Amino acid sequence: MEAGTTTHRLALLEAGDSIADVIGPLGLPTHIENFGTVVCVAGGFAVATIVPIAEALKMKGNKVISIMGARSKNLLFWEDELGSVSDQLIVTTDDGSYGRKGVVTEPLKELLESGEKIDRVIAIGPSIMMKFCAKTTEPFGVKTIVSLNPIMVDGTGMCGCCRVSVGGATKFTCVDGPDFDGHKVDWDLLFARQRIYLDEEKLSFERWQRQSDIRP
Amino acid sequence: MAKLDLNRVSMPRQDPKLRARNFNEVALGYSSEQAQAEASRCIQCPKHPCIDGCPVEIDIPGFIKAVGDGDMPEAVRILKDKNSLPGICGRVCPQETQCEETCVLAKKEAPIAIGRLERYVADWERANMGLINSPVIQPTPTGKRVAVVGSGPAGLTAAADLAKLGHSVTIFEALHVAGGVLMYGIPEFRLPKDIVQAEIDYVASLGVEIELDTVVGKTISVDDLLNSGYQAVFLGPGAGAPMFLNIPGENLNGIYSANEFLTRVNLMKAYKFPEYDTPVKIGHRVGVIGGGNVAMDAARCALRLGAEEVYIIYRRSEVEMPARREEVENAKDEGIQFKLLTTPKRFIGNDQNWVVGVECYKMELGEPDASGRRRPIAIPGSEFIIKVDMVVVALGTRPNPIIPSTTEGLETTKWGTIVADEVIGKTTKPAVWAGGDIVTGAATVISAMGAAKHAAADIDKYLRAT
Ligand SMILES: Cc1cc2nc3c(=O)[nH]c(=O)nc-3n(C[C@H](O)[C@H](O)[C@H](O)COP(=O)(O)OP(=O)(O)OC[C@H]3O[C@@H](n4cnc5c(N)ncnc54)[C@H](O)[C@@H]3O)c2cc1C
Ligand SMILES: Cc1cc2nc3c(=O)[nH]c(=O)nc-3n(C[C@H](O)[C@H](O)[C@H](O)COP(=O)(O)OP(=O)(O)OC[C@H]3O[C@@H](n4cnc5c(N)ncnc54)[C@H](O)[C@@H]3O)c2cc1C
Ligand code: FES
Repeated sequence: MEAGTTTHRLALLEAGDSIADVIGPLGLPTHIENFGTVVCVAGGFAVATIVPIAEALKMKGNKVISIMGARSKNLLFWEDELGSVSDQLIVTTDDGSYGRKGVVTEPLKELLESGEKIDRVIAIGPSIMMKFCAKTTEPFGVKTIVSLNPIMVDGTGMCGCCRVSVGGATKFTCVDGPDFDGHKVDWDLLFARQRIYLDEEKLSFERWQRQSDIRP
Repeated sequence: MAKLDLNRVSMPRQDPKLRARNFNEVALGYSSEQAQAEASRCIQCPKHPCIDGCPVEIDIPGFIKAVGDGDMPEAVRILKDKNSLPGICGRVCPQETQCEETCVLAKKEAPIAIGRLERYVADWERANMGLINSPVIQPTPTGKRVAVVGSGPAGLTAAADLAKLGHSVTIFEALHVAGGVLMYGIPEFRLPKDIVQAEIDYVASLGVEIELDTVVGKTISVDDLLNSGYQAVFLGPGAGAPMFLNIPGENLNGIYSANEFLTRVNLMKAYKFPEYDTPVKIGHRVGVIGGGNVAMDAARCALRLGAEEVYIIYRRSEVEMPARREEVENAKDEGIQFKLLTTPKRFIGNDQNWVVGVECYKMELGEPDASGRRRPIAIPGSEFIIKVDMVVVALGTRPNPIIPSTTEGLETTKWGTIVADEVIGKTTKPAVWAGGDIVTGAATVISAMGAAKHAAADIDKYLRAT
């Protein structure tokens, strides 16, 4: 599940190790109330993020239907945790190695088509997955909350690096978000801004790999 | 009476061609001979108008006399009596509109170079005495606790003054490094970071605790602080939220706020990437929008990072520029190009969402506006395109709403600044004071320090009465 330099370095930490600086929680908490029936969709690691949200929704009396997906069986985790706070749980893998074969938007679409009244969808995961969840729900007019992850610097509203466009207005994800209405997000802008440092990320990672090779 | 000496000793600087490509300090500082020569020009006039021009009321003739007499420890003592951060102030204060403007020799266009002498004394102290061993009178502990929010010049000053009075002080700072704009905003070549760190270490040596990585209003609230044993709170969170132009194309890749660009470069040391892990993009042709100190700093950083052409794009003319004269001259000497009476209409991007140009209007100056400066007006049909592949928007900053929006009873103005008594900094919330950019909007290091000093004195009075 490691991506670049930082996540690789984090993955090497052992119990008892420490990180120099941790700040949080920042931004606005996810809005929780009794909506009725809510579908929680989690892609990849986002299961970790969605479990407390599903739990809070359940405690407010919502019916919670959860969908979790991963590329393959070995990347799935917390199935029981999510199951225990959901009325119904659907698991997908892209390669069919576990659960249902396919991507999370397929069962989402079926639920919307089944005629059951769905009051809200909360989708968290890779940006591309969140975009397609929003595209799936849009024709059904079901409000869909996504949790955006642009590149950030300070996380306190000081730099504007994390700006996104929502409904035509510029928002700072770190203070105004991270949750936004997925139907109003300018996804192409988000994708483009996430790619700003691809070259530098590659350089940093290669450098880190070389250094970790020579470390004992 | 001796003849007036009107030969202001000039400041040695790095050669403009060399310095345009390095981050070392531009101004090199006086030698002891130069400092003595400059100090001996001071006529020690009895009215000392310079002191009235100083927001923290330093005994300027006193420390200058000590320099002239060669009694450096005495010069340090006098300076530090009123100013805990002289190495910083000597470098970045706009003396030309403060003490040096009111100096009697200013009438002859040769005011004493007070800022350069202040810097000389601070640098002498750091080199010869070590800040930590500076004479500190041990105060009697009062047993009172004060929380200071923010570690910029306002927070550091309030904390130092309160600690010197015997209170136990904790600073809460959002970032992982103390210093505020002094660390993340003003670049190394104007204000070396080891000097800022040394002055922070001095404040810590007074017994001030510094808690980093704490966003007051998010990870702990002002009321939490008041309820957990702090009898008073001083708010010095600055005005750190960037302003944008709100014109089409502003979210294109390659367009930075000055805060983001300067933070990446100064605080995160992106100029040393990949040795340091935060990157920054540098264009071949960089446009910097704005005409203040922040714009000059951003432009000069871009040049030092290797940009071929750097333009200051400013909507008025040079005389209206809010940047310090000296920094405008420095920027010009280094080769920054000035596109004056020019304002952006929109940014133009390519199919990869990267900025490739900025379409601008030519401006003309009309009647004076509320600021007293002539209002710039766009000339219809004058649009033209400047080719750029990177842009820094340096329009200024406004207060971050995090603290006001999470603190009940704290009144703010329509600009988002905290309402506080002009002299003593008392806010509308009991036991809470504020000072610096959060009250005035973006201003200066020394005005933040002056406000903090007055607030600290009032906090002391309050604590002793309760
Ligand atoms: C469910 C889920 C939720 C997520 N939520 C968030 C979220 O709320 N916020 C969020 O930011 N990300 C979020 N992410 C993204 C996740 O944090 C990325 O996987 C991670 O940023 C990858 O970091 P890396 O250092 O390994 O990769 P890298 O390729 O090294 O870096 C990723 C980016 O961070 C920048 N970066 C790295 N180090 C620094 C540094 N020291 N200073 C400044 N910039 C640096 C890089 O320039 C690059 O743009 C989420 C991911 C998932 C799956
Ligand atoms: C690039 C640049 C160049 C400048 N050049 C000059 C110059 O040459 N001369 C001059 O006199 N002035 C200059 N200024 C202006 C000057 O730096 C400011 O006026 C001054 O720093 C204001 O001091 P402050 O203590 O009020 O705020 P800041 O220096 O902004 O410090 C505020 C601190 O509070 C922290 N903080 C904010 N919110 C919170 C929170 N919620 N919880 C905890 N901590 C928080 C911030 O992280 C920061 O460290 C410049 C400014 C910039 C940006
Ligand atoms: S990360 Fe800097 S403003 Fe959001």
